[in-house]
Amino acid sequence: MPRIVVDVMLKPEILDPQGKAIVGALPRLGFTAFSAVRQGKRFELTVDGEVTDEILAQAREAAETMLSNPVIEDVVNVEVVADQP
Amino acid sequence: MTETPLIGGATLAPVDARLAGARIGVVTFPGTLDDRDAIRAVRVSGATAVELWHADSGLGGVDAVIIPGGFSYGDYLRAGAISRFAPLMSTIIKAATGAASSNPLPVLGICNGFQILTEAHLLPGSMIKNDHLKFLCRDQVLRVENNTTAWTNAYSAGQDITVPLKNQDGQYIADEKTLDALEAEGRVAFRYVGGNPNGSRRDIAGISNAAGNVVGLMPHPEHAVEAGYGPGHTGTDGLGFFTSVLNTLLGGN
Repeated sequence: MPRIVVDVMLKPEILDPQGKAIVGALPRLGFTAFSAVRQGKRFELTVDGEVTDEILAQAREAAETMLSNPVIEDVVNVEVVADQP
Repeated sequence: MTETPLIGGATLAPVDARLAGARIGVVTFPGTLDDRDAIRAVRVSGATAVELWHADSGLGGVDAVIIPGGFSYGDYLRAGAISRFAPLMSTIIKAATGAASSNPLPVLGICNGFQILTEAHLLPGSMIKNDHLKFLCRDQVLRVENNTTAWTNAYSAGQDITVPLKNQDGQYIADEKTLDALEAEGRVAFRYVGGNPNGSRRDIAGISNAAGNVVGLMPHPEHAVEAGYGPGHTGTDGLGFFTSVLNTLLGGN
């Protein structure tokens, strides 16, 4: 069944304490190439049947009203992922 | 409903009919933790506590509402994000913004309740994880910055009070413009004293809306209303929240 993927990230100006902890831990495993980490959220909305424009619009609205908090987060991506075999 | 004291011998003040006539609703969501303590705090103040269920849409004629702390919906998605869409919240938002009334409903959000109020956009800003990433539980000194709201009028301006603080997502954030507006309009209700426990912008512990009927804060006044249970085993500094709203409702202030 097709899925709509929604990616949400903290706004660039919001400090991400979790990402900061992760970037601090990476060098301990020898991963020294990364100067910053920001952690986001990925939602997968499964659709029974075809993803119509109306359903995609619903997903965008859900992303803006519930899946993200516009005070601290941006919806950075909404895309349809094709049916898996 | 009868209340069993947590420890034998704990007694409530004799009933004062005028105070008992004030009915304060306490909302329970799935995962709410501090509704029982909030109900008890209401009773200690002399008012009548009314239990409210998130899935109902009616407020049962209450005069004010407390949204207590806890982990509603397990903090899934974001703290307070799912609770914010409960049927009862729509009713509370309408009553608190007072579109139909000159007396908007007093609403107090404590901890998770504060998070729910920001998610509902009744209060600006948001809470993110503490800057040190740890769950923090300690007695916290707060300065009362605004003693003219529905929930703070029993305090003196600039008074320091000590109440418990316990959370992981307690870092208050908002953009600079919003923070400047909150300061300019006197809507910072409480500030942390003696060290910022979580990285909150401008040491903000609690804020109010412009009308002063909606107040939210991360620390827990309802855990500091009875000698024997509060900070230092004697602290009752939190009781002022519950007597403040009685002042508001009964016209004493």
